[in-house]
Amino acid sequence: MIETVVSIGLPVDENMIIQKNRLQPDVVNGTEKRFLVITGTHGDELEGQYVCYELIRRINQNRERLRGIVDVYPDINPLGINSINRGVPMFDLDLNRIFPGNPEGHMAECAAHQLIQDMKGADGAVDIHASNIFLREIPQVRMSMETSERLLPLARKINVDYIWVHGAATVLQSTLAHTLNAMGVPTLVVEMGVGMRLTRQYCDQLIDGIFNLLIEMGIWEGESVNVKKPIISTDGQVRFVNANASGVFVPCIEHWRSIGKGEKLGEIVNPLTGEVCEELFSEVDGMVFTLREYPIVVEGSLIARILGGVSVDADGIMDHGSIAQR
Amino acid sequence: MKKEVIFTLKSLYREDMNIYGYRFGKGNPSACIVGAIRGNEVQQLYICSQLIRELQILEQRGAISSNNEIMVVPTVNHFSMNIGKRFWCLDNTDVNRMFPGYSEGETTQRIAAGLFDKVHGYSYGIQFASFYIPGDFVPHVRMMETGYQNPSLANLFGLPYVVIRKPSPIDTTTLNYNWQVWGASAFSVYTNKTDEIDEESARQAVSSVLRFLTRMGIIRYNCHGGYIANVVREEELLNVKANVAGIYRRKKNPGEEVRHGDLLAEVIHPLEGDVISQILSPTDGIVFFAQRAPLVMENASICKIIRRLHG
Ligand SMILES: [Zn+2]
Repeated sequence: MIETVVSIGLPVDENMIIQKNRLQPDVVNGTEKRFLVITGTHGDELEGQYVCYELIRRINQNRERLRGIVDVYPDINPLGINSINRGVPMFDLDLNRIFPGNPEGHMAECAAHQLIQDMKGADGAVDIHASNIFLREIPQVRMSMETSERLLPLARKINVDYIWVHGAATVLQSTLAHTLNAMGVPTLVVEMGVGMRLTRQYCDQLIDGIFNLLIEMGIWEGESVNVKKPIISTDGQVRFVNANASGVFVPCIEHWRSIGKGEKLGEIVNPLTGEVCEELFSEVDGMVFTLREYPIVVEGSLIARILGGVSVDADGIMDHGSIAQR
Repeated sequence: MKKEVIFTLKSLYREDMNIYGYRFGKGNPSACIVGAIRGNEVQQLYICSQLIRELQILEQRGAISSNNEIMVVPTVNHFSMNIGKRFWCLDNTDVNRMFPGYSEGETTQRIAAGLFDKVHGYSYGIQFASFYIPGDFVPHVRMMETGYQNPSLANLFGLPYVVIRKPSPIDTTTLNYNWQVWGASAFSVYTNKTDEIDEESARQAVSSVLRFLTRMGIIRYNCHGGYIANVVREEELLNVKANVAGIYRRKKNPGEEVRHGDLLAEVIHPLEGDVISQILSPTDGIVFFAQRAPLVMENASICKIIRRLHG
């Protein structure tokens, strides 16, 4: 059942509408659990589009197995997706920095407020992000230290390879996930793939994970899926590699592969002089979980993030190595 | 006057972007003034350029008090200004959401860190700022409520209003907020324009800063007293919204007095031209902010009014 959650009039003969698809059993008694699948906050992140499509398709194919409610919000920033804008067109702030919104505020702040009203009271949620156009990410869940106790058991079930428990930054208090978590809706933030592209393999992996979570929550009837056992780390094990020169980044390693200490990640080259401006090396033995996808870089551009103490084989199976298991 | 490069960013495809600091006087770091951090803040750039011109004359006349140093940074992001973009040209991030910055981090974090490193030791920090919702303001000084703010100092600018804003999480990454956290008294000065130049309000902004510096004993300058400011908390401003979308016709300008029931704006049917909504003032007061853009969305805030208190 498709419902319009937000409708705000635009100047010339159009409404900005945010819709959701509510999937529920034919007969409901009011005690069903409700799970939210949310994506499209950033209009340049598209991996979640395929996840929503395929999830709904599979649920509809076996509708009789549905025991609870799944609300799918495929595009909470529809104008952004439509215009290849990461943010909300005509609005300065990132949509994921204005939650819980404000009914008295700008169109985006009103929309955020109305979305939260619609989402509150749910029993769980996943907010699917796809990095940005610059960086490619392995399927991962990110959470703050303060929410980790509650969220880690859920995150382990969603079939990602990696869980990053990061220190809290004040600005992140205005994200959709933080707002939902603070309201008692356990919400996982998934980051995977790269902006403006679909990575089928990652999407299928996450869909299996969402079904696994739905089964655990009693929303979907089925056999538990054999999910991946994620590596869990804190900020301390993550090394950032940033460009110190401006130019064209040419990687010499692949994403999601092991790298040794001192091994070369790639070069920043100058297409005018034919010179190499900078060679970039790993400072640790580890696994490249973030890798620059967009070639043009300036001083400071993020090139890679490396998870120290982890190795990975050719099939993407990771060895936890020195990282402690929790 | 000493002009120095306080930060350089190299780019492969363009000339280096240099951020300049202009220093006047010698000794204690007293006041730092920062202009355009965003690429559309042309009015803010213009005000700084005029301020630098005035300070140069004052310095030549020996009008800067001894043991006081003033620094003006007129522009931080002209890479974006030169190509008509508001935010950082490559990744569209906002330098004014990156403070205090991180010198090993992403490009805009490095720019913020490079700037903050040079501007954070001053007793007073003044920024010519722009708001995240476009429109026209009555000129005012804005302070963030950090627990360290001092509205009586903001009064010394002699602008008609001082606005105290309770910071939201996203405000904690602005220059103003971080100045205060680092012990400076920080003020954001808003004039009535951003992406175009308004001579009169630019002059008013320059005078207000010179007046403040005079009253703090940093310079000697003959200025008229300015206004005695009304201190307003941002949440006390009355928000007036459009109930329908369409073409917007403004009927009252910032600074104008309004009575309850006065026509503030009309919304015109975008295809057929009739007036489909008349937006009336819900109170007596003064228009503090008004939308300028010619199109309006449903429920958009089109103006903010300072309520007049009776009695
Ligand atoms: Zn995102």
